[in-house]
Amino acid sequence: MSMTPEATDRRSISVTVNGQRHDVDVETRLTLADCLRHRLGLTGTHLGCEHGVCGACTVLVNGNTARSCLMLAVQADGAEIATVEGIASENGEWHPLQKAFHEHHALQCGFCTAGILTSMVEFLQENPDPDEPEVREALSGNICRCTGYQGIVQAVLDAARRLRSPNQESSS
Amino acid sequence: MKPPPFHYYDPGTVQEAIALLGSLDNAKLLAGGQSLMPMLNMRYVLPDHVIDLNRIPELSHIDESEDRIVIGAMTRQREIERSEFLARRCPIFREALIQVGHRQTRNRGTIGGSLCHLDPAAELPAVLAALDATIHVTGPQGSREVPIAEFPAFYMTPAIELDELVTSISFEPWPEGHKSAFVEFARRPGDFAIVGVAALLATNDAGEVLRAAVTLAGVAAGPVRCSAAEEQLVGAGIGDDLIRVAAETCRDIDAMEDVHAPSSYRQHLAAELVARAVQAAVDGPGAGLSR
Ligand code: FES
Ligand code: FES
Repeated sequence: MSMTPEATDRRSISVTVNGQRHDVDVETRLTLADCLRHRLGLTGTHLGCEHGVCGACTVLVNGNTARSCLMLAVQADGAEIATVEGIASENGEWHPLQKAFHEHHALQCGFCTAGILTSMVEFLQENPDPDEPEVREALSGNICRCTGYQGIVQAVLDAARRLRSPNQESSS
Repeated sequence: MKPPPFHYYDPGTVQEAIALLGSLDNAKLLAGGQSLMPMLNMRYVLPDHVIDLNRIPELSHIDESEDRIVIGAMTRQREIERSEFLARRCPIFREALIQVGHRQTRNRGTIGGSLCHLDPAAELPAVLAALDATIHVTGPQGSREVPIAEFPAFYMTPAIELDELVTSISFEPWPEGHKSAFVEFARRPGDFAIVGVAALLATNDAGEVLRAAVTLAGVAAGPVRCSAAEEQLVGAGIGDDLIRVAAETCRDIDAMEDVHAPSSYRQHLAAELVARAVQAAVDGPGAGLSR
C-alpha cells in the first residue's frame, strides 16, 4: 500500500537556479517542474503534458536539457538549473534567440516557447551552424500547437547567424 | 498528474542499492526516469519505495577496450551517442540512438533503463541482441551474467530477480571497419518504432559476408534474431538479389498485433526494413537514417 499523503517523505535541497542559490524543503515526490513553479515562483517553465511528450517544461540541468516534469526536485539537489527566465543577459538584454523569436513571430500563445528556447540554447551551442533539416530535427521534441513551426525554424536559423557574428543585424 | 507518495532513497554505491532492494517491499528502481517518471505521474505504478540510482558513479562508464567493451548501466544514452570511441568501434549505437526519443530525453535516459524497461519497440535491446551482449546483474547472492537472448522473460519483464539490478552490459566489438545500420519505421521521428532493424556485417575485401547479425525490434516482447536472413547472407557476395532473398525470410516471422499495426503489417515491414538495413550497412555510415 502506498503512503498516506501526510506521511510523505521530505528533504531539504539546495539548487542554483539562474545563478541564484535556493534552499528548499520539498516532498521527495515533487517534480522539478513543480518545484520551480510553485516553490520558487518561476512560472516561465510551462507544463503541457506532464509525461515527457510536449517539451514545454524543458530546462537546462548542469548545462544539458531535461524534461523538468520527468525529474524529481530532490534529484536536482546540488545542480545548476537554467530556466527561460535565465537566458537573457544580466542587464536584461534579450538573448539572440529571444530577439529572433520576437522578430519572426515564432510564438503565438507562447506556451511552448520556454521549452523551445531552452532546447535551442543547448542545440546551438553544439551546432552553431545548422541547416534547416537539422533545426527541424532538433525541434522534434517540442510540440507547438499554434505556429506551424515555420516562424520557429526561421528564428532559430536567424539566431544561429546572429550568434556566429554578434555584430550583424538580423538578415530578415 | 503528480507522482503518488513514496519513500525515496538515493544510495551512493551498488552495495547500498542492493541492500535497500533486498529489504524493501514494492520498491522501484529509478534510472533515467524517462519511462518510470511518466508512469509515476500518471499513477500507473504505485511503489512504496523509490530507489534512485542516479547518485551511484560506479554505474556510469564506457570501458574502451578492444577485447570487450563494457558500458555501465547508468550511462546516459546521450553519452553513448556522443562517444567517439563507440562511433568508431561500434557505430550502430549512434545510429540507433539518434532515433531514440529526443535529445532532451536522451540526456537523462540510460542504457540499463532502456534494457530493463524492455519496451518491445525499444532500439537498444535490438542493438544489444545483434551484438550478442552479456548483461551483468548483481544481487544479494552476488553477481551473475545473463546472455541478452535470455534477458526478456516476457512482455516488458526482464529475467532478473526483484532484488537484483543490472550493473553493466558488455560485448565483444566486431572487427574494425565492420558495416552496420539501424533502420526503423515510426509514424513521426522520435515516436516508438513499429518495427526496427539492427544489422551488422563483416565482409572481406572481395565483398563476401563473413559474419552477419540481424535483429528486429517491435515484433515480439523481446528482440528477435533473424537467423534465416543471417544464414542467407553469410558466405555470399553482397548484391541486390542476395539482400532481397535474405530479407524475404523475415516475411513469415511471428509478429505481434496491437493498436498501432496488425501482425501482417509488421511482417511486411520486417522484410522491407531488413532489406533497407542491410543495404544501408553496405552503403556506409549514416545511410540508415535516410531510409
Ligand atoms: S510537460 Fe514535461 S514534457 Fe510535457
Ligand atoms: S505558440 Fe502556442 S503552442 Fe507554440
